[in-house]
Parts: sequence; C-alpha cells; structure tokens
Amino acid sequence: MTREPRQAFTLPPERVTLGARLGHFFYMIYAGLMSVIGWVAEPLQRWVSMKNMAYFFVLPNLIIFGVFVLFPMLLNIYYAFTGGTALFPQDRPFVGGQNFQQIFSCTNFLDPNSCREDRFWRGLYNTVFYVIFQVGGMVALSMLTAVVLNRSIRGRGFFRSVFFYPVLLSPVVIALIWKWILQRDGLLNALLVTLGMERVVFFLNANWAVFWVIFISIWAQMGFYTLILLAGLQSIPHDMYEAADMDGASRLQSFRGITLPLLMPTLLVVLVLSVIRAVQVFDQVWVLTGGGPGTATVYVVQYIYETAFANQIQQFGLASAASVILGLILLVLTLFQLRLGRQSDIA
Amino acid sequence: MHRFRYAALTTMLLIFAILLAACTTVPAAPAESDADAVATEAPAAAAPAGAVTELRITWYDDGSEGAVLRDLLDRFEADNPDIRVIIDTVPYSSGILETLPLQLEAGEGPDMARVTQLGGLSKYMLDLRPYLSNPAYWDENFGPFLAWMQTEADGNAIPGFMTQLTVTGPFINRTLFEQAGVAVPSDASDQVTWQEWVAAAREVAAATDTFALAMDRSGHRLAGPAVSMGATYFDADGNPALVGDQGFKDMAQLMIDWHADGTMIPEVWIGSAGSYQAANEPFVNGQLAMYMSGSWQIGQFNTNIADAFDWEAVPNPCGPGGCTGMPGGAALVAINTTKHPEAVARVMEYLTSEAIMNEFYARTLFIPGHLGLAAKGIEFQAELPQTLKSLQVFSSEVGKLAPLAYDLQAYKYNTILFNATRDRLTQVFTGELTLDEAIQKMQEDIDAGIAAAQQ
Repeated sequence: MTREPRQAFTLPPERVTLGARLGHFFYMIYAGLMSVIGWVAEPLQRWVSMKNMAYFFVLPNLIIFGVFVLFPMLLNIYYAFTGGTALFPQDRPFVGGQNFQQIFSCTNFLDPNSCREDRFWRGLYNTVFYVIFQVGGMVALSMLTAVVLNRSIRGRGFFRSVFFYPVLLSPVVIALIWKWILQRDGLLNALLVTLGMERVVFFLNANWAVFWVIFISIWAQMGFYTLILLAGLQSIPHDMYEAADMDGASRLQSFRGITLPLLMPTLLVVLVLSVIRAVQVFDQVWVLTGGGPGTATVYVVQYIYETAFANQIQQFGLASAASVILGLILLVLTLFQLRLGRQSDIA
Repeated sequence: MHRFRYAALTTMLLIFAILLAACTTVPAAPAESDADAVATEAPAAAAPAGAVTELRITWYDDGSEGAVLRDLLDRFEADNPDIRVIIDTVPYSSGILETLPLQLEAGEGPDMARVTQLGGLSKYMLDLRPYLSNPAYWDENFGPFLAWMQTEADGNAIPGFMTQLTVTGPFINRTLFEQAGVAVPSDASDQVTWQEWVAAAREVAAATDTFALAMDRSGHRLAGPAVSMGATYFDADGNPALVGDQGFKDMAQLMIDWHADGTMIPEVWIGSAGSYQAANEPFVNGQLAMYMSGSWQIGQFNTNIADAFDWEAVPNPCGPGGCTGMPGGAALVAINTTKHPEAVARVMEYLTSEAIMNEFYARTLFIPGHLGLAAKGIEFQAELPQTLKSLQVFSSEVGKLAPLAYDLQAYKYNTILFNATRDRLTQVFTGELTLDEAIQKMQEDIDAGIAAAQQ
C-alpha cells in the first residue's frame, strides 16, 4: 500500500486575509534579504573565522559614522583655523587662532557689549539661561506629570496621549501655531481684549519673548520625557511602597526614600538628553521669534547659523570656531553628567 | 528550502527594480493652466529629447513678473525648440539672499539668476560679451547699470540686464488721511521734511487707530532717508565710515525716536531679528498711514489693494542733505558655471530685445532698466489711477536721486554695510546698545566683513 505524501495545510484563497498576505509579503522580503546576507556572510565567516566577524558587522555603521559624523567634525575643526569666505577647504587661507581670538576678544566677559563678537556672547548667555530654566522646568513638570499619570486616575490613557501629542508635531508647526496664538492680532490677545484687558505684544518685549520660548519648548517636549519617567516609575516594585506604608512612611517620605533614588538612573538619562537638546535649540525659536526682539532670544546655534550662512559675507571660519567652543562645552557637560551617573550607580 | 530562497530573492530583486524605475526622471507634462505655467516648467519642446538644452533660472517674485517671464519664455521656446528654460521660483530672503550665494560658492548655481546683490555676487557672473551678437546694444541701453555688476571698478563685463530699476520712496494711504481730516503734506509742497510727514502721519494714526509709519527692515531702505538727512557713509578715501557721520546719526536718532514714541509699527524692525522684513502686509491691510518702501511694490498693490482704498506713492521726504531715495533693482544675470553659455546668451538676447522688454515692463509695472525704453516711455498695462500715479511719481524720483545714493548702490560691499546698520540699529531700539555703541559696532562689523571678503 502506497501512502499519499502529506499535503501542507493551506487555507482556501478566499479565506486568506489581507493581513496574512501582507505578513507573507514582508516575510518574503525579509527572507530574501537574509538570503543575500547569508550568501556573503557564510563564506566570509569561513575565511576570517567567527571571532573576527564582529568587525565586519560593525563596519557599515563605522563607515556611516566616519563619513557623516567624524569627517565633518574634523573638517569643522580645520575650518575654525581658516579665514575668508571661500567654501572649499583648499581655497581657504590658514589664519591660526584668529577666529578664536576674535571670539575671546573681550574686556569684560560678563558685559557682551565689551566683546568684539558680542552676539556670540549674548547667544551663549541666552543659551545658559534657557538651559537652566527650560531643562529645570521641564524635568520638574515631566516628573510631576509622570507621578500623577502613574496613579490610577480616571482617563489615564487619554491624558497620557494628550501630554505626548505635541511630541509628534514638527518644531516648525509648533512655532507657527504659537505664533498665531501670541501675535498682536492673535488668539490670546483676542481673548484678553474680550475680557476687557490690554493687548500685549508678546514678541516685542524681551521678557515675554524669553518666557514664551521656554514655555512652548517645555510644552512641546515634556511628553517625551514624561513617558521615559513613567516607564521608570512603573519599574519600581510596588511591594516597596507597601512595606514603607506598613512602616508608617508618609507619601512624601516614600517619594524621597523610594521613588527618587530608584528613579535616579532614569532621571539622569532625561537630564542628559534634555540638556543636549536644549543647548542645540534653534529651529523652533528661529520660526517663532527669529531671535528677537533685538537679540533677546538669539541662541548660540542661531549665531553659528547666521555667521556661516545667513549673512551676506559667509564667515565659515568664525562660525566653525564658535561651534568648536560649543562642542567643547557640551563635552564637558556630558562628562560631568556621566560622572554623576557613575556615582549614582555606585550609591 | 532552496526553492523558497530563490523565490524570496526574486521578489527582492523585483522590488529593487521597481524602486529603481521609480527613481528615474520623468519628462515634465505640459502645463495645463496659467497657474501651472508659473510653477516652474515650460511645455516640453517638440524637438527630440536629446537635442534640447535645458537651462535653469533661479527667480523670485515681487508681483506677477514670474508669470510674465514664463509667458515670454514659452514664446521663445516655441521658436527655439532646442532650448528649454525652467524657472525655479524661490523666496527672496531665504532663497536669493541666503541660499543662492552658497550654491554659487559651491559651483552648483543655476544657469541664470535674478539677484539684487549685484556687486556682492559679481564674481559668480558670466561675461556674456563674447557670446552676444550686438554688445553695443547692451552698452547703449544698460551701460550705467552694468557698472553695478562689475568685479573691478573699471570692468566692462556684460553679465545681464536689469529686470527692473527700483527707487525707494514712501507710499501713503490717502483714504486714512481723508478719514482723519489731515491734509496730505505733498499736496501743498514739493519739499516736505521727514518731520512734517511724520507729524501728519501721527495725526492720521491717532484719528484712525492705525500706525503712522513703517519702513522695510533693510539698511538699503534706511540709506535714502539717511542721505537726505546729510549722511556721507564714506570717508575721503571711499571707505565706509559711519563713526562721526552726523547725518547718519541724525537719521538713526529719528528712527529711535519713532520706535520709542510708537510712530513706527514695532513688529517690522524690533520683531524680526536678523533678517530682511517687508512691511507691505500692514499697508495692504489698511493699518498704516505711511509706508517707506519702493517702486517694486506697485505691481502687488495694484493687485492686492486695487481700489480697496486710495493709495499712492509720494515724493521722497527731505532733509538737510536733499530729498533722495535709493536706486536699486534686480538683474537677471548669467552664472559663470553654466555649461551652455551660448544658449544662455540666446535667451538673454531674446529677453532684452526692445519689443520683449517693453512688454515685460508694461505688464509687470516695473520702472524700466532699459535706457532706450525709459526715454520713449512705457505704456503700462494698468488702469487704476493709483497705480499710474505711483509709477509716474517713482519715474520722476529717478532724476532726483543724490549722487551718493548711486555711489552707495554701486559699492561692491554695500550689503555688508546695509546689514550692519540694520541689525545694530535694531539693538538700540531694544535697549541693548546705545546709539554711539551701535555705530561703533556697525563700523567694526563692516570692517570685519570687508576684511573677510577680501581674504
């Protein structure tokens, strides 16, 4: 008796769903890709041994990093020591430390007006102010929001979405929306006038402009950091709170004794990310205020952009020198935060 | 298993092929409407694809001139099927002032471009003289303006032609003056001072709840009034010298006072840090009694305001130094990296032919930058009396411009000077600098900019 070969079980075509077809389609792509990689990787592995294969896997990323990050960075450092307005490095005269000298040419570093490149120093001081208040405000608000959203309140999912929604918007869209709200004939002024109050031209007053720039960036970004902190909060074992509760600890004591120490690594990540992002502030503010009124909201990245690209005489060397200085400041900040992180891990 | 691998690989290759096919260039479809025609591309010529030379123009629009140019070029292409011209329309500030110089420096510029930084970009311009059939025609009709496009003071290159000659000067909203019951000062006198104009405009603003005055945020716009107030801008050697220039300081002080007392709409200068900003919107919206800008606004006012209210240009206000505006304008120039200089020259010769230029100026409502046509007079295609009167006012202003205004316009590094005055003066309005500090900083910025440009 001959047995019929076993047929694979297949659904009739009319019962195969679109999802299944799509899944199969993407699986075919994936399998094809793996086949191609296999055809290259298998002989290579036989040739170089499995131990050395790691270098080959790292190589593509290293090439991308080298071409798009390391090479421009080195080029930028080279440009910082050149002058003129030519774009290509071979056409640019070497001027030594002249660009750095121009930036640091100050009689009093605390008074930008006494500096030759006063706009760089104004940008730098504005950036320091922005970082302190934007990061400080954002971390505090994100923390508060995360703690609240971690509790079992009604509509928790809805509020999580609401706080995260601005993160999905482009910085330019955010700036335009708020510009329409805050301008002379904007929504907020219409509301103020309706309530019988005086119209305020927010972007013509330095204090108001700085306030709104910080407020809007906190509004736009805090959802992202709230989400990270929320994940950190949810990883804290609940029985620790129960134990503290049984020991008679108040909520504040639980927060200080359990939540804060266990959340510290997450908090540090949030701090590092938000500081780096705050120092790089540019696009949103550029659209919102253009750096005005005067130079009240000019930040150091805008100074670099304007010096290199927006001015009629493009001083790439000076802009590169400024960006090298900014890079060094960021490096010191990051090293400091990493050191803090290590100390917190040890503790 | 192997069969599956081959099937998967075939699928992959198929997708890759589709992706590659999607990335190939597709010939542009013919434009279906006027609006499409403005967008950029011309209808494909009837000649075989391989024989067509494609030229690109980087262009910006003040009004309807892009559409007029497209129309004229369509006719050129119909007669010259071997050339196809694509117009890339970009914003003036970010496209022409910021991006184009970088493209040119990188050697990635278009074949032609419409620019206003004539001296600053002259090193990227192509001298068309060897390619032109009749260079004498150009010298005769564009001679004085070609001097603005030279890399050397005594150069005789023909890089392009003026698409428009502009003159800076003020517009007024006559309807607001009438509503306020305030007499328009220029109705009674040919020589009205800035102070008299501002006093009248303030009365209008107070009575109609509008703003008295706005000026485009531009050092070029400021220069005309400053020269009228007696500014000299240059020292005896012809180098920019603002420290000690009392006329410039007087004009700067007036600007400070007008911002401090609310005469000027603050959004334009104070609210727009670091860049050029026009104030045409509040004027079009009827929120301004007086607007210091220039002749290039006529075309768009003719369209956007039309007869919604009575608007008109008035003669430049006076000061101790005269009653002058600033000359200027935009030129369509050939770029020296073009691979098709002969084709570019053919397009240029077509566009500068007297009949085509006449049509271009008549339809765009631009003051002609062609001496022959200027002498004959242009019959502008406009019906509004406001438009016709404004054109007449600006045309007569050309003859009143001070020699220093022409010198400033011809100065190779004038954009460095104009930008420094614009940005530093704004810092005085916001209280960041005193006027003396600002003038000192302007001079330092100008000196550093020129030194960098010459390095």
